[in-house]
Amino acid sequence: MKLIRTIAVAGLLLAAGFAVPRLCATEIPQAERRSGYTFMSPDTKAIQDDDTANPGMLWVLDGEALWKRKTGTADKACADCHEDARASMKGLAARYPAYDKTLGRPVNLEQRINLCRAQHQQATPLPYESRDLLALTAFVAQQSRGMPITAGADPQLEPFVAKGRDTFMRRQGQLNLGCTNCHNDNWDKHLAGSAVTQALPTGYPLYRLEWQSLGSLQRRLRNCMTGMRTQIYDYGAPELVELELYLMSRAHDMPIETPAVRP
Amino acid sequence: MWLAAAGLTLARAASAQELRPYTITGDSIAESLTGAPGDAVHGRALVLERTSTCILCHSGPFPEEKFQGDLAPSLAGAGSRWSIGQLRLRLVEASRLNPATIMPSYYRVDGLERVGTAWRGKPILTAEQIEDIVAYLATLRD
Ligand code: HEC
Ligand code: HEC
Repeated sequence: MKLIRTIAVAGLLLAAGFAVPRLCATEIPQAERRSGYTFMSPDTKAIQDDDTANPGMLWVLDGEALWKRKTGTADKACADCHEDARASMKGLAARYPAYDKTLGRPVNLEQRINLCRAQHQQATPLPYESRDLLALTAFVAQQSRGMPITAGADPQLEPFVAKGRDTFMRRQGQLNLGCTNCHNDNWDKHLAGSAVTQALPTGYPLYRLEWQSLGSLQRRLRNCMTGMRTQIYDYGAPELVELELYLMSRAHDMPIETPAVRP
Repeated sequence: MWLAAAGLTLARAASAQELRPYTITGDSIAESLTGAPGDAVHGRALVLERTSTCILCHSGPFPEEKFQGDLAPSLAGAGSRWSIGQLRLRLVEASRLNPATIMPSYYRVDGLERVGTAWRGKPILTAEQIEDIVAYLATLRD
C-alpha cells in the first residue's frame, strides 16, 4: 500500500519534471539495516552477550522484584493483575509505543507502566529515568528479547508514525542538522570517535558505558538533540513518543535486545 | 544572480543586529568580517575545541587529537585548495555553495528551526573566531 503510494508520488514528480529519488533514496534498504550492536567493539559486545557481565541485568532483577511488590492505595502489585510476566509480557515491548484508545494517541512503555500505576494501583507516577521506572521497563522489555519488532503496524498509528518521520527528516537547531543527515546518510562514518549507527532502537532501555547507567530511548534522543543544539522536548512529550514510534517502525522485524549495552 | 545573493545578505545582516554585514562575490567573501586579519595560532586552538564542532566531522593535521570525525574531507591542504575569501564563505555559509551540505553555517542566525534557548539569536562562531580559523586554514598547505 505504502509502496504503491510512493510509486504514484514518484510518477507524479517525474511527470512534473523533477528529479525523483533524493527523499526516498536516503532511507536505509531493509537488507542493509544493522543494530547498533554490530558497530561495537568485541569487548563491548561481550558485555552485552553475557548476562552475568551485563550491568543492565541489575535493573532487570530490580524490576522483577518491583513487579511483585504491592503498592499504591489499591495495594496491588503488577503481578496481581498480570501474573507471570514471562507469559503475560512476552512480545509486548516489541509492539510499543502502542495506540491508547482513551488518550487517542500512542504511549510508550514507560507511560503505559505509569498509566497502570495511576488506574489500577492508585499510585503516583514514577518519574522518567528514575531507577524504579527504568527497572520495571527493562524487566517488561526483557520478556520480548529476541522477538521481532512490530511497533507501528497498527493502522491507527499511521499519522503519528508520519509525524515522527517528519521530525527525523527536518533540519533543526543551531547546527541545522536533521537526524537523517547522520543516521540515514552517514551511518558508516564517525562523529569524532563515535560510530554514527543507524538509530535503530532495538535494545532500550539500555546500559550506556558513557552514562554508567541504564537509560531510556528518550534520554538518547535528547542527547542527540542537545548535540544539534535544538530546543529539547520534555520527557514524555508527544513529539518524542512519535519519534520513538517512527524509529521502532524503521526497525520492523529486527529482534529486541533489551537490556542492550552501548558505548 | 550574485547581485541578488548580495541583496539577500544585506537583508539578513539587518535582521540580526549583532552580525556584521558582508558581501559575497562569486564563491567568496573577499573582506575580513572584522576588518582585520585573524590570528592563525588562536585559530588552530579553536578548530580543536569541541564547542567549535569542526573535528566532530573533520580530521586534519592534529596528531595530539585522538578523536577526529570522518563525515567530511580532511582539513589538511585546505589552504592550497581554497583562497582566504573562499574559506571565509565556506565558514560563514557553506550551504550557499552546496545547498544539501551538512556543514553548519557558522555566521548565521535566521532560517533556523527550534534553536535551543542557550544558542538562539547567536551565530555558532563570532566574526573574530571565524577570522582566526580562516587565518589558520590558510596555513594548511600541502
Ligand atoms: C551529528 C550527528 C547526529 C545527529 C544529527 C543525530 N544523531 Fe543520533 N547518534 C549520533 C551518534 C554519534 C550516536 C552514538 C552512537 C552510539 O555510540 O551508540 C547516536 C545514537 C543515536 C541512537 C542510539 C542507537 C542505538 O543503537 O542505541 C538513536 C536512537 C539516535 N541516535 C537517534 C537520533 C535522532 C532521533 C536524531 C534527531 C533528533 C539524531 N539521532 C540526531 C549522531 C547523531
Ligand atoms: C556536521 C559536519 C561538519 C561540521 C561540523 C563542519 N564541517 Fe566543514 N565540511 C563538511 C562537509 C560534509 C564538507 C564537504 C563539502 C560540502 O559538503 O559542502 C565540508 C567542507 C569543508 C571545507 C572545504 C574542504 C575542502 O578542502 O574541500 C573546509 C575548509 C571546512 N569544511 C572547514 C570547516 C571548519 C573550520 C569547521 C568548524 C568551524 C567545519 N568545517 C565544520 C562538514 C562539516
